[in-house]
Amino acid sequence: MVRVELPQHLRTLAHVGREVELEVPAPVTTRSVLDALEARYPMLQGTIRDHGTLQRRAFLRFFACEQDLSHDSPDAPLPDAVASGKEPFLIIGAIAGG
Amino acid sequence: MSKVRVLVGTRKGAFILTSDGKRDKWEVSGPHFAGWEIYHMKGSPADPNRIFASQTSGWFGQVIQRSSDGGKTWETPGGGVQMPTGAGMPKGESNKFVYDTSPETGKPLTTHQFYDGTQHPWEFKRVWHLEPSLSDPDTVYAGVEDAALFRSTDGAKSWKELSGLRGHGTGPRWQPGAGGMCLHTIIIDPKDPKRMYIAISAAGAFRTDDGGETWKPINKGLHSQYIPDPHAEVGHCVHHVAMSAKRPGVLFMQKHWDVMRSDNAGESWEEVSGNLPTDFGFVIDVHAHEPETIYVVPIHSDSYHYVHEGKLRVYRSRKGGNEWEALTKGLPQKDCYVNVLRDAMAVDSLDKCGIYFGTTGGQVYASADAGDSWTAIVEHLPAVLSVEVQTLK
Repeated sequence: MVRVELPQHLRTLAHVGREVELEVPAPVTTRSVLDALEARYPMLQGTIRDHGTLQRRAFLRFFACEQDLSHDSPDAPLPDAVASGKEPFLIIGAIAGG
Repeated sequence: MSKVRVLVGTRKGAFILTSDGKRDKWEVSGPHFAGWEIYHMKGSPADPNRIFASQTSGWFGQVIQRSSDGGKTWETPGGGVQMPTGAGMPKGESNKFVYDTSPETGKPLTTHQFYDGTQHPWEFKRVWHLEPSLSDPDTVYAGVEDAALFRSTDGAKSWKELSGLRGHGTGPRWQPGAGGMCLHTIIIDPKDPKRMYIAISAAGAFRTDDGGETWKPINKGLHSQYIPDPHAEVGHCVHHVAMSAKRPGVLFMQKHWDVMRSDNAGESWEEVSGNLPTDFGFVIDVHAHEPETIYVVPIHSDSYHYVHEGKLRVYRSRKGGNEWEALTKGLPQKDCYVNVLRDAMAVDSLDKCGIYFGTTGGQVYASADAGDSWTAIVEHLPAVLSVEVQTLK
C-alpha cells in the first residue's frame, strides 16, 4: 500500500484524514499514485494537476524521503520506501503569499 | 410566513444567513468551505433548495459545490460517488472547464489581447458567477475567467462552453481588466429564455437571442476614455449589469466610470450618472417591484477602490437614474474605507423590498425598507465577494 499525505484543504474536500492508503500497481510513479488517488477520490481531479494537461498545479509540491520530487518526470519510479509504504508521498501546498 | 436566505461568498469561505420575513433577526451558518475563496453562490429559482457555489483556490484551482437541501449539506457533483465495479473510472468533472476548440462549433479562438498588446492563450482560472436556469434546476450557466460562458444541463456534473460568444469575432480584442478577464454577469430574460445578456471586464456587454448559439456586442453609447477609441465596439470595462424581471429589456449598468441605462435591450446606452458624487463603482441593482428604482454604491475612484469621503452611502434613484439620493441611515458616515464588489448586492422580493450588500470589510448590510434604513446583519466576516438573496415561501 502506498501512503499519501494530503494538505488540509484537500482532506476536507475528500472527507479523509491526514493520510490515505492506496493500492497502486507497479511501477509506482507520481503519475500512477495520482491516478489511483483521483480514481478513489474523484473530487480531487483538477485540484492537484490540470484536468487536460495533467501538469502539477503551480503552488503544489511533491515530497518524499526528504526529497523534492516536484520537477521529476511523473513517470520516474518513486523511492522504494514510498512504493513499500514505509514512507509517505507528500502533497504539499507551497508557502506563498508573504 | 416568508423567509429570506442570504448567500454570502467571501475570501475565506461561504456563509448563509436566514431570517423570517420581518428581517430583523438573523441566524448565521458557516463558514462553509472554510479557507477557500467563494466567488459566488446562487440558488435555483426552480428549486430553491438547490444552490450552486463556486469554490476556488490559488493552490487547488476550481471546485463546484452543490446543495440540494438549502445549504445544509454540500457535494461536488459527480465527484464524491464511487462507481460500482466495472462501471469504469469515476468521473469528477464538475470542475472541468475546457474551452471549445472543436472545428464543428465554429471559429475556435486560441488567443486574446494581453496587457502588453500581444496575443495570449485563453487559460481557465476560475468561475466568477453561476446563474441557474429560471425553470430547470439541473441547468446552470457559469461565467469564467478567462472570459467564456459554460452551461451544465446535469446539475453541474459536466460543463460545455457556449463557444459562439468567444467565436463571434471580437474575442481577439478582449483584454483583461485589473481584476482579470472575467465574465461576471449573466442575465436570463424571464419572458424569453433564449435571450441572455452577459458582461465581461474588459470587453463589454453581449446579448444572445438564440439561447447562446450566436452573440453580438451591445456597447453602443458607452464611452471609455482609457481605451484608444473611447466609443469602440468592445474593450469597455463593464463592472455589472442589472435588469428588473418585471421589465425585461431595460438594463442598468455600472461601468468602470459611468452609470448607464438602456431601454432597448442594450442596442444603445445613455449615461444616467446625474448628481452622483462619483460615478465609479461596482454594484448596481434594481428594486424588485419598482423597475425605475435603482441602487449603486459610489466608490471614490479606480485608484482608491474605497467609498467616497470615508462614508458608506448607497445611492437610490426612483427615476431610473440621473436624480439620486444618498441613503445613509444605519451606515457608517466617517472613517469608512471599504469597497463593495460587483456581485455583492442583491434584493429580495418581499414587500417592502429588501436590499442587501456586503463589503470588503466583512459586513453584510440589509435594509428591510427599500434602502431607507440599514442594519449590519453580520460583521467581521472575511472580505465579501458576493451576496445573493432567496425569498422563500
